[in-house]
Amino acid sequence: MSSLSFVRETMLPSSTPPTMEGSVIGWVRYNLFNGPFNSILTLLFGAFIVFIMYEILPWVFLSSWTATSLQECRDTIALVHGEGTTGACWAVIRERYLQLFYGFYPRELYWRVNLTFLFMLVALAPVLFPKLPRQLLYFTGIYPFLGYWLLWGGTIWTPFLTFAGLIVAFLVLNFISEKRGLLLGVITGILLIVIWFVFGVIPVAGLFNNALPLGIEIVESDQFGGFTLSVIIGSSGIAASLPIGILLALGRKSDLFIVKSLCVGFIEFIRGVPLITLLFVASTLLNYFMPPGTNFDIILRVVIMVTLFSSAYMAEVIRGGLAALPKGQYEAGDALGLDYWKSMRLIILPQALKVSIPGIVSTYIGLFKDTTLVSIIGLLDPIGLSGAIRSDTAWNGIVWELYAFVAVIFFVFCFAMSRYSIYLEKKLETGHR
Amino acid sequence: MQEIKENNVRSEEDSQPAVVITNMNKWYGKFHVLRDINLTVSNREKIVICGPSGSGKSTLIRCINRLEEHQSGSIVVEGTELSSDLKNIDLIRSEVGMCFQHFNLFPHLSVLENCTLAPIWVRKIPRHEAEETAMHFLEKVKIPDQALKYPGQLSGGQQQRVAIARSLCMKPRIMLFDEPTSALDPEMIKEVLDTMIELAEEGMTMLCVTHEMGFARQVADRVIFMDDGQIVESNAPEEFFNNPQSERTKLFLSQILGH
Repeated sequence: MSSLSFVRETMLPSSTPPTMEGSVIGWVRYNLFNGPFNSILTLLFGAFIVFIMYEILPWVFLSSWTATSLQECRDTIALVHGEGTTGACWAVIRERYLQLFYGFYPRELYWRVNLTFLFMLVALAPVLFPKLPRQLLYFTGIYPFLGYWLLWGGTIWTPFLTFAGLIVAFLVLNFISEKRGLLLGVITGILLIVIWFVFGVIPVAGLFNNALPLGIEIVESDQFGGFTLSVIIGSSGIAASLPIGILLALGRKSDLFIVKSLCVGFIEFIRGVPLITLLFVASTLLNYFMPPGTNFDIILRVVIMVTLFSSAYMAEVIRGGLAALPKGQYEAGDALGLDYWKSMRLIILPQALKVSIPGIVSTYIGLFKDTTLVSIIGLLDPIGLSGAIRSDTAWNGIVWELYAFVAVIFFVFCFAMSRYSIYLEKKLETGHR
Repeated sequence: MQEIKENNVRSEEDSQPAVVITNMNKWYGKFHVLRDINLTVSNREKIVICGPSGSGKSTLIRCINRLEEHQSGSIVVEGTELSSDLKNIDLIRSEVGMCFQHFNLFPHLSVLENCTLAPIWVRKIPRHEAEETAMHFLEKVKIPDQALKYPGQLSGGQQQRVAIARSLCMKPRIMLFDEPTSALDPEMIKEVLDTMIELAEEGMTMLCVTHEMGFARQVADRVIFMDDGQIVESNAPEEFFNNPQSERTKLFLSQILGH
């Protein structure tokens, strides 16, 4: 008979767990051949992978790197690898890679594109890695204007005055907010910026330039193309859509009826319309609304449309993050006496954005890949250029090689973003929820 | 501690009551959750509010710092009337500390940052000064060694004590406690109650919604019993527990003390 009573006399010390690590064979047996069914699956998928490789690898490697036309390419492959081999003709990449990267940007000015890209990495660094010195953020602040000037050229006064205008507007906003309240400050600030951009910048920049001509050679928008174009549209969209998305998400959760309706209306409208439609609006319809004679740059128009499009998605992703926070977090912020914006900035958004990182990065990746849609409205991004290259008689009929190359480059960018998001999630983990 | 004393000297000097609630009503939709509440809390008074769930006791103290909005009547806190004026609300919130049932610490900030956030951003106190104050109060709640950890790494009792320290860092004149021990294991309840008792002994004005009747007997100047959104009985703890007047109170006490 067992007794109900039990008294432990000595407490057990903690001991180390049984070791989990085994040999390679142990790992393989446990993970791949764990029972007959799993063994069969392993063999089947193994065979499938071998089959795919068997089909693709010869095409990739039994190929030609030197030729000036598709026909020459095929002849070389037949000569080197034997009659009947159908290898890839990478020669087209070798001959046209500069075009795929830079579009029709003047060859002697490639350094400007390279420098802009390099500067972009420098400007991104302090945003991505908070350990770097914070002073670098000043460079991030002026980068958009510097980058614009380097790429498009022209007088330096235009980007300088734009930048100066923003600073003045911000100072005015701050001043009026302190004296007369936030709303009036924001309205005055925005009004100032709009007036300055529409009427002020160009003529004043002209005056300045007459007095002190400082500038570099102008490159027109129709000379842009290739990955340069994708990165310009993609990175501008990425940089601008997060703040706009945050404001839209906050607006959608706002108690203020008009703000809320505007945000909901905007988000639902933009999300309900295909991006291509918006791009067509950008390329054709917008001109009807502009006063005749104004030249509203096509790339700028596309960037605006892409930004609006992805910020609507961004807003919904961030709204998900906001909804994931317990109500207590909002209440704790209120109870401590923090006002709405401080509470959002210091308590709510850091947590909501952290929760939304996977969604935000997905939206970014989607946005970056969607830049290829601009080929439909006639901009020569890598996909558009592939068509252009194919229409050259020498390369008529080449398809897979160009697309494979474009795919690999896109993959590098997107995979980098994905890995960074994983790094960031790990870094922000504080062992709660 | 010194700061607290200064605080008390200040409170003693002005003889106005800490909170005056007059004919206050609140509805959730059509549900009349608080009905004709009249309550005056004098300085340094400790009040324990109890009652069955759904009786409106949490809602009542949440009205005092405007986490809930009342629809009629008036609430005056430290001489400032709560209205829809945001300036008044922020002013009152920075004078009234609050601890929640689920602590509501900020999980993305360390314990120290949790405590310095509001002093730095609301009171505009320099960072190093705010950190000194924070360490002072963390010592007071006996967890200065956890200052650099994140809330997720602490036990429930420790988290609640951090929450108390976080409120104290704003040097509040009134502290509200909304069932501070209801989410805690029995072993941790004591450490939190001890902290609250210490705070009470130093003369903080306190309103506590709690079911800890031992705590009520020990520190309360007055126990308030609520049911159906109304104050049913309000009495000194001795009278309240030994000689309750209302039938409803007797029933409630027999249920919570009888198990």
